[in-house]
Amino acid sequence: MAELAVDKHVKYILAVEKNKDSFESVVMDHLRMNGAYWGLTALDLLGKLDSVNVDEVISWILKCQHESGGFSGNIGHDPHILYTLSAVQVLALFNKLDVLDIDKVATYITGLQNEDGSFSGDMWGEVDTRFSYIAICCLSILCCLGKINVEKAVSYILSCKNLDGGFGCTPGVFCCVGALALTGSLHYVDKDLLGWWLCERQVKSGGLNGRPEKLPDVCYSWWVLSSLIMIDRVHWIDKEKLVKFILDCQDVENGGISDRPDDAVDVYHTYFGVAGLSLLNYPGLKAIDPAYALPVDVVNRIFFSG
Amino acid sequence: MHGRPRKAPKPEDEAASSAKAQKLRALQTQFFSFHHNKIYTKEAVELSAKLLEINPESYTAWNYRKLAVEHYLNLPDCNPDSIKSVLDDELRVVENALRQNFKSYGAWHHRKWVLSKGHSSIDNELRLLDKFQKADSRNFHAWNYRRFVAESMKRSEQDELKYTEDMIYANFSNYSAWHNRSVLLSALFDKKAEGFLLKEKVLPEEYEFIHQAIFTDPDDQSGWFYHLWLLDQTVTTDSPLLASSWPGHGSDVLLVGDRCYNGSAFSPFSALHSDSGSFPIVLYFNQPVRGVNSSTVTVECGFNKNEDLLWKPLSASNSQTARVWVAHLKVSSSDLHSTVEVSVGHTKGIISTRGFEYSHPSMLSFKVHVQPMERDSSQVSVAESISLREENFKVYGKQSEESIIDSFDQLIIKNGHETTASNWRFEALAKEIECFRELLSLVDCKIGKLTLARLLKAYDAMSYPFANKLVHSEEVLELYSDLMKLDRTHYQFYKDERSIVLLQKYKDSVSSAICGPICLRLNNLSLSRMGAFEKLLWVQMLDLSHNELQSIEGLEAMQLLSCLSLRNNKLRSLTALEPLRKLKLLRILDISYNQIGDHSIDTTRYVCSSPLSHSVGSELNRDETVTSDVALINNWEAFYIFKDFNLNQLDIVGNTIADEKFKSVLVKIMPKLKQLDGKLLD
Repeated sequence: MAELAVDKHVKYILAVEKNKDSFESVVMDHLRMNGAYWGLTALDLLGKLDSVNVDEVISWILKCQHESGGFSGNIGHDPHILYTLSAVQVLALFNKLDVLDIDKVATYITGLQNEDGSFSGDMWGEVDTRFSYIAICCLSILCCLGKINVEKAVSYILSCKNLDGGFGCTPGVFCCVGALALTGSLHYVDKDLLGWWLCERQVKSGGLNGRPEKLPDVCYSWWVLSSLIMIDRVHWIDKEKLVKFILDCQDVENGGISDRPDDAVDVYHTYFGVAGLSLLNYPGLKAIDPAYALPVDVVNRIFFSG
Repeated sequence: MHGRPRKAPKPEDEAASSAKAQKLRALQTQFFSFHHNKIYTKEAVELSAKLLEINPESYTAWNYRKLAVEHYLNLPDCNPDSIKSVLDDELRVVENALRQNFKSYGAWHHRKWVLSKGHSSIDNELRLLDKFQKADSRNFHAWNYRRFVAESMKRSEQDELKYTEDMIYANFSNYSAWHNRSVLLSALFDKKAEGFLLKEKVLPEEYEFIHQAIFTDPDDQSGWFYHLWLLDQTVTTDSPLLASSWPGHGSDVLLVGDRCYNGSAFSPFSALHSDSGSFPIVLYFNQPVRGVNSSTVTVECGFNKNEDLLWKPLSASNSQTARVWVAHLKVSSSDLHSTVEVSVGHTKGIISTRGFEYSHPSMLSFKVHVQPMERDSSQVSVAESISLREENFKVYGKQSEESIIDSFDQLIIKNGHETTASNWRFEALAKEIECFRELLSLVDCKIGKLTLARLLKAYDAMSYPFANKLVHSEEVLELYSDLMKLDRTHYQFYKDERSIVLLQKYKDSVSSAICGPICLRLNNLSLSRMGAFEKLLWVQMLDLSHNELQSIEGLEAMQLLSCLSLRNNKLRSLTALEPLRKLKLLRILDISYNQIGDHSIDTTRYVCSSPLSHSVGSELNRDETVTSDVALINNWEAFYIFKDFNLNQLDIVGNTIADEKFKSVLVKIMPKLKQLDGKLLD
C-alpha cells in the first residue's frame, strides 16, 4: 500500500501559498481565505504549521476585515460569512484569537440571522444551511454561541429535511449534521437512516461519492466521513479501502492530492485528503475534530484550558 | 478543481497561464477601482460582465452588479422599458456565467435576486431549467432552483410530480428526480390534497413505479432510497404510541429496603433494592416525544394523587424530547401494599417530533409491596464486591420459565386500535415481500436481500405483539449473514442490524439467558450493538461481556440497572459511556478489557454532553476542588462522564488509558468509589 508522502505535500502547500502568478491562483484569488484555512490546517495535521510566518498571515487576515466585522476572501473583496469562518479558524490554529475584537465579529454574524432562524451569507441575502453551520461553528470557536437564537437556528436546520430521508447534497448534509452536533442536537437525527445513506457512498474502489451513481471524490472523504463520525456510524464503511483510495489520489512526484487518481491536484483536495486520513486514524497525523474541522488539540485548547 | 487530468507542467503552458493570469489580474484591478469608487457607468458595468465570463466565481463582481442595478433602478429617469433592459442584461450575464460553470452559487443566486426585482419571465425560467436539466439531469443547483421557481409560480405539486415522472421515464437512473418525487408527495400527503388523501391508494402505484427502476437494474442505487421512503410511509403510524413500560401492566413490584433479597411469599420477580423508598416509572414510546409531564401523565398511588411528579426525558443535553421518559415515585413506608394507576395521554400535550399528537390514551396498573428493612443498613458490609458470577445469577432463578416469559409480555403495551385500521399496510407489505422474493429468485443481489430483510422485519413488528413469535426472525438473520458475505464493504452495518434482530428474538431462544427475575446474561453472542430495549426495561443485572460492542447507544432506557458488565468488548472511548450517566441506580460497572485510549479519533464525542456541543445541563455544579486538581484539558472526558456516576465498584483494567495516573484522576472525580480494579479504596 502506498504511503502518505508527507514532505512532498508540505512542499506543495507552501509553494501554492507563494505562487500568486499562475492563472489558477488568480482565478481563486477571491477565496484565498479559504485556501489559507485548507493549506494551514493540512500543515498542522502534518505537524508542520511552524513552516509559515505567523505574523505575515495574521497581518494579511486583519487586512481582510471590514467595518462590519466580517472578513472577505482576499484584500479588496467584499465580506462574507464563508471567509469570516475561515479567518477565525486560521487564527485559532495559531492560538491568536486574541487579536480579534470578538464582539465585532459576533455582531456581523448575528446580524445575518433571519426571522426564521436561517442565516444569509452576506448582506445580499442568499440563504443556505451552509451558512447556519458556519455561523454556529464560528461563534462556538469564539465562545459566544449564545448571541444568536440557537433554538430557531436548530429548528430551521431540521425543517430543511436534509436528514429526514431527503438527502440532497452531501456538503449540505455535513453542514446540517455539524450544526446539530455543535448545538447538542444530534438526537433529532435518525442516525441509522442517515448512516446507511452515508455508508452507501462507498463505491467498489473504496472511495466515497456524494450521491448515488456518481463518481467518488476525495473531498467526500471529509463531508461524508466526518458526518459518519459525528453520528458514530463510521464503522459501517470499510476504512482501509478508503485509506487506500485517498493514498492513490496523491501525486507522489510533485506533492498534492487530487479528487480522483491521476487528476490534477489542488490545495482543496489536499486538505480534504489529509483530514480524511486523520479521521481514519492514519498514523503520524494529528487528530482532527469532525465538527469544528480543526485539530483536536486546538479545539480542546479553546474549551478546556484555564 | 474537479475532474481535470494530471499533466506535467510544460514551459509553454506556464507561459500561457502566466499571460492569462496577468490579463485577469489587470481586469480585476480595474474592477476593484470601479467597485470601491462606486462607479456604475455602462463601461464599468460591462467590465464586470467580462470578468464574470472568465471567472463566474468572483463573488464581489456579482455584488457590484447588484449595486449597479439598484443604482439604475433609482435613477429619476427610469421607466418600465429601461428597467426591463437592465434586468434582461443581468439574466444574460447569468446565463453566460452558467454556461461557464453551471454549479456557480453566485450565478444562481444573482438570478434569483434579479427575479425578485419583479422582472417576471417565469416561463422563461422553466425553459432555461429545461435546457440545463437536459444537459445534466442531476445538477442539484438546477433542481433547487426549480423548486424555487415552482414555488414562485405557485406551480402545483401535481404538475411538478408529472415533471419528475417525465424525467424518470427518460432515465430511471435519476436519483434527483426520485428524491424530488418524495418531497412533493410528502407535501401532498401533509396538505391532504385531492387525490392524495389516502396513502393506501397512492402508495401501491408508487411501488409499481419504483419496481420498474429496481428490476431494470438492481445494482443502480437511484431508486433504493425512494423505496425505503415508501416503506416508511407504509409502516409508520403518524401518532406516537407507548411501546412498553416498567413496571408492566398487572405486575407486582417488591421494594426491598436492604441488600438481603430473601425469598418471600411474594413473587420476587420485580424485587428492587431501594435506598430511598422510591422507584422509577419508565415510559418507552415508539418514537421521540415531548410534553410528558404531570398533566399529560397522571399517577395515582393508593389514595394519593401524585401531582408534582417530575418526568424527565432520557436524552443527552437539555433536550425536552426523548423516546424514554422516567419519573420517580416515592412510596410511604407505612403503605406496605398499594396499587398504582398510571394514565398516559388522557390530557392532550404529548407530541412527536413530526408534530403528531399522542391520541390513544392508555392506562397501566400495578401493585407495589414494600418489604420493611430487616437490619440496619449501616451494618451492611461495604467490602462485599458483587461480581457477576454464576452464583449470583442463580440465586434469583426460582421462577418458572413460563411465568418469566409471560412477564416480558406484560411490559409490551398492546395497542389494539391498530389491527383493524391497518389491513392495507399488511397487504402492501405482503405484496412487496412477494415481489422481492421473486427478484431474488432471478438474481442474487444486495438490494434484494436487504429490502426483503427490511420488509420481513417491518411485517413482524406490525404483527407483534398479537402474534406470539417473530415469525421471520430466522430468515432475516440468514439474509443479514448472506449480506455480510456478499457486500463485505458494509459488513459492520449488516452486523449491527443482525445484532438487533438477535436481541428481538431472544425471548424465543434458550432460556438460559434469563437467569432469574432481574438478571440477564447476553455474553458471547457477537453482539456489535444493543437494541430491543422495550423488552429489557426490567433488567437489574446485565452481563454483556465478551461481545463486540463499540456502542451502548440506547442503554439509558434500562433505568433499573445496578450491575453492568461490558468486559471484553470494543468500546473505544470514555464518551461512549454517556448512556450510563442516566442510570441513577448503577453501582457496579465493569468496562475492563476494551479499547479505551487506543484511538485518536473519538466517534462518540458529539453524542455525549460536553461544552464542545454546548450540551452540559444546567445541573452542572463544578466542584472547584476537583477541577483544580484534575487537569481538565487532559481529562475532560473522564470528568464529564464520571462526575455524575454513583458507583461503588469499577473495573477498568485492560484499557490503554487505565494507567496509575488516570486511575488516581478517577478516584478524585468519584470520591464515593469503594473499589477500583479489585482494590479497596480508603
